[in-house]
Amino acid sequence: MYKLDPPALLFETSRPGRRTAILPAFADVPDQRPLEELIPAGFLADSPPPLPELGELDVVRHYTNLSTSNMAIDANFYPLGSCTMKYNPKRNERLASLPGMLALHPYQDESTLQGVLTLLHEMQEYLAEIAGLHAVSLQPAAGAQGELTALLVAAAYFRDKADRRTRVLIPDSAHGTNPASAHLAGFETQTIKSNDKGLVDLDDLRSKLDRQTAVFMITNPNTLGLFDHQIGTISQMLREQGALLYLDGANMNAILGMVRPGDMGVDLMHYNPHKTFSGPHGGGGPGAGPIAVRDHLAPYLPAPIVGRRDDGTYFLDLDRPKSIGRVRSFFGNVGVLVRAYCYIRTHGPEGLKNVSRHSVLNANYLRALVHDVYPVPHGETCMHEFVASARGLAREKGVRAMDIAKRLLDHNMHAPTVYFPLIVPEALMIEPTETESRATLDRFAAVLRTIAEEDPALLHDAPHTTPISRPDEVAAARNPILRWNAPVADPGANGNGHSTASAQRSSSHAAATVPSAP
Amino acid sequence: MAYILNTDDDVRQMLDTIGVGEIDELFQSIPAEVRLQRALNLPPALSELSLTAHLIDLANHNQGGDQMPCFLGGGVYDHFVPAVVDQLAGRGEFYTAYTPYQAEASQGTLQAVFEYQTLVAQLTGMDVSNASLYDGGSAVTEAALMALAVQDKGGRIVVAGTIHPEHRQILETYTANLDVQIDVIAPDRTGRIAAPRLADALSKPAAAVILQHPNVFGLLEDIEGLVRIARDSGALAIVSVDPISLGILKRPGDYGADIVVGEAQGLGNYLSYGGPHLGILACREEFVRKIPGRLVGQTTDRNGKRCWVLTLQTREQHIRREKATSNICTNQGLLALRSSIYLAVMGPSGLREAAEQSTRNAHYAAQELAKLRGVELAFGDSPFFKEFVIRVKGDPNAILAEVRRHGYHGGIALKTWSAGMDDAILIAATEKRTKAEIEGLVAAYRSALA
Repeated sequence: MYKLDPPALLFETSRPGRRTAILPAFADVPDQRPLEELIPAGFLADSPPPLPELGELDVVRHYTNLSTSNMAIDANFYPLGSCTMKYNPKRNERLASLPGMLALHPYQDESTLQGVLTLLHEMQEYLAEIAGLHAVSLQPAAGAQGELTALLVAAAYFRDKADRRTRVLIPDSAHGTNPASAHLAGFETQTIKSNDKGLVDLDDLRSKLDRQTAVFMITNPNTLGLFDHQIGTISQMLREQGALLYLDGANMNAILGMVRPGDMGVDLMHYNPHKTFSGPHGGGGPGAGPIAVRDHLAPYLPAPIVGRRDDGTYFLDLDRPKSIGRVRSFFGNVGVLVRAYCYIRTHGPEGLKNVSRHSVLNANYLRALVHDVYPVPHGETCMHEFVASARGLAREKGVRAMDIAKRLLDHNMHAPTVYFPLIVPEALMIEPTETESRATLDRFAAVLRTIAEEDPALLHDAPHTTPISRPDEVAAARNPILRWNAPVADPGANGNGHSTASAQRSSSHAAATVPSAP
Repeated sequence: MAYILNTDDDVRQMLDTIGVGEIDELFQSIPAEVRLQRALNLPPALSELSLTAHLIDLANHNQGGDQMPCFLGGGVYDHFVPAVVDQLAGRGEFYTAYTPYQAEASQGTLQAVFEYQTLVAQLTGMDVSNASLYDGGSAVTEAALMALAVQDKGGRIVVAGTIHPEHRQILETYTANLDVQIDVIAPDRTGRIAAPRLADALSKPAAAVILQHPNVFGLLEDIEGLVRIARDSGALAIVSVDPISLGILKRPGDYGADIVVGEAQGLGNYLSYGGPHLGILACREEFVRKIPGRLVGQTTDRNGKRCWVLTLQTREQHIRREKATSNICTNQGLLALRSSIYLAVMGPSGLREAAEQSTRNAHYAAQELAKLRGVELAFGDSPFFKEFVIRVKGDPNAILAEVRRHGYHGGIALKTWSAGMDDAILIAATEKRTKAEIEGLVAAYRSALA
């Protein structure tokens, strides 16, 4: 990452009349009547939309320069807890971009899709095997949509049994998507406390678990990076009440081939293939959120599912009368699944197990190097990540988790996740992943230890070497400026004369600091 | 060990530092009785060379738009993707970054999203856009949920029967356990929503009306009239658009839409067997605190420098948990970046050309197909954009199979999409189709119908 001022906005670089020729000037069909004779004039705009006018080199310089003000796995250690920022193999990119994969239309006839359907069918089987469950839907577009889909499956299952259940129980250490998804699926949510070891408080669970409980959503290993060894007891308690056990699969990177959710008593779960199976995160997506379920829940999965006929051909099975329906158009984020498929095939059974072994080794090594300075309140060892606390530094020196995070950026390393999970004060959630070397972990630990010794004033103003430092987030939220607007004095200059009154109001708030605004 | 850097020597020293003898001791918190006692039943590891051969073999068992001209549409279209889109979006600094939680380490992504939001607002004529959603279908649903949150009119949503059937299915799935009533208005014989039918449906209060323009049959709705009727009734007007069409059609913001959504695959993204793509969602500024998904806002840093941050995060699940406006976490960052680069390099004239040439190609195809014996345009003179429906004499699937034998992905049979469409085929043409391909398609249909 370079400490350069970011480039001007596209809209500020725009010059009327500048353009890049991409298409031929005219379609080559013989009918060249005016457009108004094909489409009645009442539907047509007087002019094309007021987009910026740029040449190709303008665009190339712009985005190339923009990219250099990002940290990314390709350039930086990125121990962002819960996000599994592992190396994204280049081979997967090339293979997912084969024309025979990219140029497939979702409504092609099945006879022209046998290659991709083979891949997806195998993927369903792999994910069922890794989960120790029976049936898989690849349709959900992201982890959060996978959660929602699984909860809708659970709701349909209970409805089908005429068993009215209204509640979903969620640990206080869970990801925020869990309660949000449960609410959207029509359930009330109730929080289950963690005990002093950071695990599910069984007494609290017992007191809230009853015949109204549809699902308990567990993350195991949990967001503290601890494997909840009470899982057998928990699943037994749920079974006794006829409730289902859901696993948030965000932390599957810790347990591949070591333990399978189904074998722990899990009934349904989602995967995050972009985490566990190395899909590039793309600055915030695309992800995918396939779900796996036990056989008695399979009839409710979204349609279609890829089926295999006796003659060895594959088809989209839409004949699923009990299905909850559809949560995404077409077949889901296939491109992400192709990369995940490549990753699983590259590793094989032993390789996947080694992914987990080394992710756990790296996390424990890093934990051992820093825990005397940054205490880890829960557990003696960890799984693939650990949550340290900067509470001591905050008390003694007024240095907070955010200050430490910001200072790490000065060392060209991305920060851990901070202030999550909510149950650890001044949380630093650190997930090194298996693809980092001991040398990188040593360097990161050394930097963390140095930061603990540094002058608090230096830390409060950190970072010092990044393109910007400490943006005013409060101002951003108080007076949201969510788009660029043309300067009002000369509305046509940049091709956008459509500032709304409300957006002009926004611009005036920014007048002091935005060079292009009035 | 494909991507693991630690050597055996590293591992030994790391275990010493931790104070254990073996890596597997670190897994002792997993009770023995639940541990997997065998290897996963998966195929053995493949080298890059072998994996490459395997994927090429799988790809060779597909016949996509790279092998046969693609006249398929239905929400995903074979538009041209300029080289700069692949080259720039493929930079590792964009590709392998994550959600810009640390603004100082993510100005590239944040500025790109701010520009995306602006481009979508300019394209749709709306005040604000979010940072993108999963796809056009879930965008329709998120817009409906947003309208329910904004309005205080009970849980009724009126849906045009001419929106994409999969979008309606997603809405039905998402709202199955909520107190939401969905009423669908059937199209009339012109394949469109008749204004009196909408007015009639709105004689009872509704939170929102969902319209699609061009609609699922490619037809242009009397969109200005329908939006006016919706708004006069007090319902919010949600309009689902094809962003490419806005190269020539009036912008929804200019005719009063409240929320605009759409499948934006066509903006620089490949067909990719239906995903990953992205959904756009833009709205009037007064609804901004109910908008689902991520938003990037402009602010200044401690030195007064203009910069960008994730903002209005108190709407989101990681803060609000069950009270969030949506459960969505990720956007479709990389696809939004691709769409921005596409719009930047196409510009107003390029987008207009893509839209106009798609229109011309589709109209030429419709005109030539309609001349065939056994083919008629399903909706007569109803105006359309780049997609149209024909009715054929014979079984559409058999005819399409024969057209395919001649080397064309010739259309989508609508039998399962809509009532009364057993003999109907939906055909799309983009700017990529040529006179020769269109005439080849017509010849293939002629032969298939003979």
